[in-house]
Amino acid sequence: MPAYLRRNWAVVALIAVLVIGMVLPLATGISAPGFYLEVLLGGLMSGVLYSLVALGLVLIFKASGVFNFAQGAMVLFAALSVARMSEVMPLPVAIVLGVLVMAALAWLIERLVLRHLVNQDAVVLLMATLGVAFFLDGFGQTVWGSDIYQINTGLPKTPMLVGENLFQGGILINSEDLVAAAVAALLVLALAMFFQKTATGRALRAVADDHQAAQSIGIPLNRIWVIVWTVAGIVALVAGIIWGSKLGVQFSLSLIALKALPVVILGGFTSVPGAILGGLIIGVGEKFAEVFLGPILVRQFDLAGGGIENWFAYMLALLFLLVRPEGLFGEKHIDRV
Amino acid sequence: MLYRENGQFKSSYAADQQLLPIAQDRWFVIGLIVLAYVAVPALASDYMFRALIIPFVILAIAAIGLNILVGYCGQISLGTAGFMAVGAYAAYNLVIRVPQLNFIVILVLAGCIAALVGALFGIPSLRIKGLYLAVSTLAAQFFIDWLFARVKWFTDYSSSGSVSPAPIQMFGWTIESPIDKYLFVLSIAIVLTLAAKNLVRGHAGRAWMATRDMDVAAEVIGIRPVTAKLSAFAVSSFYAGVAGALWGFIHLGAWEPLAFNINVSLNLLFMIIIGGMGSLLGAYFGAAFIVLLPILLNQVPGWFGIPISTALASHLESMIFGSLIVFFLIAEPHGLARLWAIGKEKLRLWPFPH
Repeated sequence: MPAYLRRNWAVVALIAVLVIGMVLPLATGISAPGFYLEVLLGGLMSGVLYSLVALGLVLIFKASGVFNFAQGAMVLFAALSVARMSEVMPLPVAIVLGVLVMAALAWLIERLVLRHLVNQDAVVLLMATLGVAFFLDGFGQTVWGSDIYQINTGLPKTPMLVGENLFQGGILINSEDLVAAAVAALLVLALAMFFQKTATGRALRAVADDHQAAQSIGIPLNRIWVIVWTVAGIVALVAGIIWGSKLGVQFSLSLIALKALPVVILGGFTSVPGAILGGLIIGVGEKFAEVFLGPILVRQFDLAGGGIENWFAYMLALLFLLVRPEGLFGEKHIDRV
Repeated sequence: MLYRENGQFKSSYAADQQLLPIAQDRWFVIGLIVLAYVAVPALASDYMFRALIIPFVILAIAAIGLNILVGYCGQISLGTAGFMAVGAYAAYNLVIRVPQLNFIVILVLAGCIAALVGALFGIPSLRIKGLYLAVSTLAAQFFIDWLFARVKWFTDYSSSGSVSPAPIQMFGWTIESPIDKYLFVLSIAIVLTLAAKNLVRGHAGRAWMATRDMDVAAEVIGIRPVTAKLSAFAVSSFYAGVAGALWGFIHLGAWEPLAFNINVSLNLLFMIIIGGMGSLLGAYFGAAFIVLLPILLNQVPGWFGIPISTALASHLESMIFGSLIVFFLIAEPHGLARLWAIGKEKLRLWPFPH
């Protein structure tokens, strides 16, 4: 056994349990292959959305050390803006306006909140973003209304049947989901290009590495923060549109987005690939837990219904924290007095 | 002029260590307690008891608990409502399964059970802190929510999932009228506040505060982080559990699992931010603020003839909460309690400039 595996046996064991848990339903014949694949795809799809929200969190955390509790509220706010504006104008215009709104929001947050809290504890900043989240929730619903709104992306919503000759019954795939996944992948790609190839991206990475060093070579921290919050706002906008067209734009969006917290724990606070992989693991994991583990628990313990996907992600993150506090790809943190 | 400590000499250790060393403070607190026991029951209406005063007192207990954890020990928690739920359901199960127990004993036991659960979910705090801990307490919140909604044993197999215990009886006293309820929760709040005050100024509190200020340094000077953190979780959850049991039995009367959802946790966090972190008085200020604001928002526009819908009022409420939190974190991180302390300092000199 190589030394690396021996040192991280607990992580390896946890991942092994996850993999076994994923294979077990198929191996024991609890589910038909077609159904299994459908659950898997459904999980991946919600995982993509968690990844998108988590991506926004990671971007902000890397650049400013702020854990943005308001990311969920930003998703809701962006989705509400686009949904209500698209009622009176074509969707592309509404989306462009939505981007402008998110940029203005980023500027305001930097001006009114972050600028005054420089050098504060991470926990204080977290609580400040909690305040921002509450403000945004209330503000968005005051301005845009609090009903359920639709975003019509014009994509066909009829499910396709594929693989009929491979499995009995085939599997149903929503073409809208495929487009959404493609858009998400494109967004990630564009972000990667932005970070790796542009001068602003280089400045962002420099700030992420070391605030003081970046400032001393002339990178304007305040402007970088505005940029990074804008980028996070755009990511939130994309997540909001995809989610909103799937489920309708409503208040529960900002609660679902809370699931991005365990995702970043799993992936590591500072890692973009971690956010994506973590989102997929959480998405698939909780779908599997709900569909395959839930009924077993209900039968065994005579529960009043399933719903374990409400806490599965958090408990998974909790277990993960115990064995590997820095997450899958996070940087190890060493405390000094 | 009136508020000054000249001439108040301490001539014994007991005098030096007493809770309120300044005589005026003592009179003020005694006066306040007398007021709370005599004047409030005489003046307040039933509506005020039900909508304002009883929720205020119970939430203040929970806020003290959270303040011990967040304000004194520096461990952020988003799962207080989960621990309140543990206390409420523990008390409910004790009442229906061991009916011969006195309600005070039940309250203490419920608090202890909540403390155990709290310490259990506090274990991750030994390896992680800050943001990571917030997630692990969220796990507690969502898991506990689910547990009480789904496992039928906890709700005694009631078909709707909600529970409705009978009115509390003890020592031949049935706590049913609002005044009885108020006097009961007030007494418990006073006892618990006194206990908390003595805890935080004693050995345990100093260990918590050292851990809060810098846990590695605290460890270096010989404070055991395991004991300090887990005891803060346990004590905090004890308070939350007692408050939860009171919230269920006395304020709500009958409740369903949703009564202790994440919004309650967040509201409690707001109470201690606005009231003042690391201050017991702040817990009372914050609780009063959070209870009063929604009612004011519903009433005040009506006085000016501006009709305001309940939906709009609730959105305005969350906007005001949000901005106030940011405002307090920026302008006065120690909250209303700090303003109070500044006022007291000013009063010591008044009316002289120096």
